[in-house]
Amino acid sequence: MIWQFDIIILIFLVITAVISLRVKDLLAASMVFGTYSFLICLLWAGMGAVDVAFTEATVGAGISAVILIATVYNTRRDSSD
Amino acid sequence: MKWVGLIAVLFTGGLLLSAMDDFPNWGDAHSPANASPVSQYFIEKTIEDSGVPNMVTAVLADYRSYDTMFETVVVLIAGIAIMAILRVGNQIPRGARPAPVSAPASVNDDHQDIIIGTTCRLLIPVLQLFAFYVIAHGHHSPGGGFQGGVVLGTSFILAAIAKGLDPALERLPETRYVKIAFVGVVIYSAFGVACLLLGENFLDYGVLSVLLPTIDAAEARSHSMLGVEVGVAFTVSAIMFAIYANLASKGELEGGL
Repeated sequence: MIWQFDIIILIFLVITAVISLRVKDLLAASMVFGTYSFLICLLWAGMGAVDVAFTEATVGAGISAVILIATVYNTRRDSSD
Repeated sequence: MKWVGLIAVLFTGGLLLSAMDDFPNWGDAHSPANASPVSQYFIEKTIEDSGVPNMVTAVLADYRSYDTMFETVVVLIAGIAIMAILRVGNQIPRGARPAPVSAPASVNDDHQDIIIGTTCRLLIPVLQLFAFYVIAHGHHSPGGGFQGGVVLGTSFILAAIAKGLDPALERLPETRYVKIAFVGVVIYSAFGVACLLLGENFLDYGVLSVLLPTIDAAEARSHSMLGVEVGVAFTVSAIMFAIYANLASKGELEGGL
């Protein structure tokens, strides 16, 4: 665990979390949510929890972004609040 | 109402931050997770018990195998629940339904795009090979049934995105992926039942060495872990594709993204 990397990742983590909540376009929100998962994956990998990082990369950054996008495609793209 | 929510969030967040002080340091050898006798046993005896270098997989697929078996069942049930929920409103017979609203022409043209098609043709075999490596090597390096299964399912989803859902469903129709998902759970539980039949506890793999006379109990555990992970990968990959195929087409399995 290198603390400079951690600081950078944590800052981006907060930024992506806020963006994915604030942005009106739900497609963009799901993409940013995938980025958020990937940053968490980097954090796990930095801590040496490689199996958890692998799961986060495949499930969090990979398949849940696809599933969210498929859902957005079949519902509405703009958020109402 | 927004202000009430903000105050509640700030209060809860403040409580969590104030509790952060009591957390053990990262990598602290005396933290409760590291110092408990159970973790000590796993850390010291894994190699002796099963000869598996990846301790995480050993805990997941051997020591807490019962847990993992029902995690697989949870994945199966989640997939089936998604299929069921998406089809509750769709009681119209297939012929009587109005033609599905097709995607805008530009999207359909993109599906035929030579760049996407070629990239996927190159990428999908590599993804599937990597998935098999992750599954088969899961007890020696990071990975295992869940991750490998997701990567394998993702390769089918990539095919469905690139070529459209209908060609992908021709290759892997619903009757087939549901069967694959159930076969995965059956493989997993078959390992448990085999141990029961040989007179040991459910999923206590050591006794399976009598089936293959050349291996000892530790090797039997290692090979059985591979076996149950193949079962997990069957279920997870089929269910991942099922969830995508049903969500992308509102449960009608035609049209899609």
